[in-house]
Amino acid sequence: MTQLECRRGDRMLFSGLDFAVAGGTLLHVRGANGSGKTTLLRSLCGLFTPDSGEIRWNGESTRRLGEDYRRDLLYFGHLNGIKADLTGIENLRVAATLDGDRMEESAIWAALARIGLVGFEDLPTRMLSQGQKKRVALARLILSTALLWVLDEPFTALDVGAVDLLETLIAEHVAHGGIVVLTTHQEVGLTSGQVERLHLGS
Amino acid sequence: MLRVFWCVLLRDLTLALRRRTDVLTTLFFFIIVVSLFPLGVGTERQILQILGPGVVWVAALLASMLALERLFAADYEDGTLEQMVLTAQPLSILVLAKITAHWLLTGLPLVLIAPLVGMQYHLSDDAILIMMVALLLGTPVLSLIGAIGAALTLGLRGGGILLSLLILPLYIPVLVYGAGAVTASGIDMADTRPYLALLGAFLVAALTFAPLASSAALKISIE
Repeated sequence: MTQLECRRGDRMLFSGLDFAVAGGTLLHVRGANGSGKTTLLRSLCGLFTPDSGEIRWNGESTRRLGEDYRRDLLYFGHLNGIKADLTGIENLRVAATLDGDRMEESAIWAALARIGLVGFEDLPTRMLSQGQKKRVALARLILSTALLWVLDEPFTALDVGAVDLLETLIAEHVAHGGIVVLTTHQEVGLTSGQVERLHLGS
Repeated sequence: MLRVFWCVLLRDLTLALRRRTDVLTTLFFFIIVVSLFPLGVGTERQILQILGPGVVWVAALLASMLALERLFAADYEDGTLEQMVLTAQPLSILVLAKITAHWLLTGLPLVLIAPLVGMQYHLSDDAILIMMVALLLGTPVLSLIGAIGAALTLGLRGGGILLSLLILPLYIPVLVYGAGAVTASGIDMADTRPYLALLGAFLVAALTFAPLASSAALKISIE
């Protein structure tokens, strides 16, 4: 990534941001509320166009790569991105199809079992609690084959067990050479791979 | 690619079936608006025959407008639209699937109920048949054009009103030729085929451009 500059309205959020992330790295983006963490993450995904600068993936501009870049990308934002009227299974099936993965039904069940939602699979997700909805959304991480995970505040509303699970998932992903970019206000422990930190607004 | 199209189509249909009120409101709105006219202008056969085609088409335009606002808004609010934009699939295919679902839920019921409302206007069997064919060709165009407007006004406050101001003028050609076909069918010697051919041409043009235009508009709206 080179010379990224972002404004929201008249306010300069960050400028001259310049960093590279290699495979097998966890990039922990930190900063006060309103310092532009979400904006940075959305720019990484291409949901937001930076005022200047360019985001490159394997040396090529992500704008030019388009679909090839999006195949390697998994974004997890403030919104869970699941339909309240569909059950957990249906949500995951749709997500897997859209990601272009040919998922075995058993893989989806296994993912649901791993996040501890077996027994709730017949309920539309609007009947689930906030934390359980988040768990359904996080099951996508288990199913995903993407190399780059962009996670915006993934730990909010999760209980201790789910936080542990998520940390394990992130650690596994990094250990397999994946890249994780996340924002959170808590410390994330990693057993292998390296952690880099980026402070915004300082 | 076809698999993705089916997946999104089935998803939207399942969602609609779990929330049937949205579908039924559109249909009943159409029936009620069409039924109000005979009550208002009296039951004189000749007046109703003249009014019929126009009234049915205007009601169809308004009814298809009703559900348009929700076409992308529901997905926008819970973040699923964001996820769709970020998948490796061409967005226009996903948009086309959503539009198809929208048409199946709001356009097709209007076509099927048309004989019933046509009878209120003393339309002949031939005229009703032509009206059904015209609606079958015309209502998908309404959904396709409407999707562009829905994508443009996504996330705006008071988007509903703006949407109608943007979209209703674009519906005029469909209205003119759709109602024209039915009127022409009542005249001896007149040929309805040119009208239907034109509606078909609108449909092909809209099918080609509307998904592309809507997906471009969606990308702008999401930022």
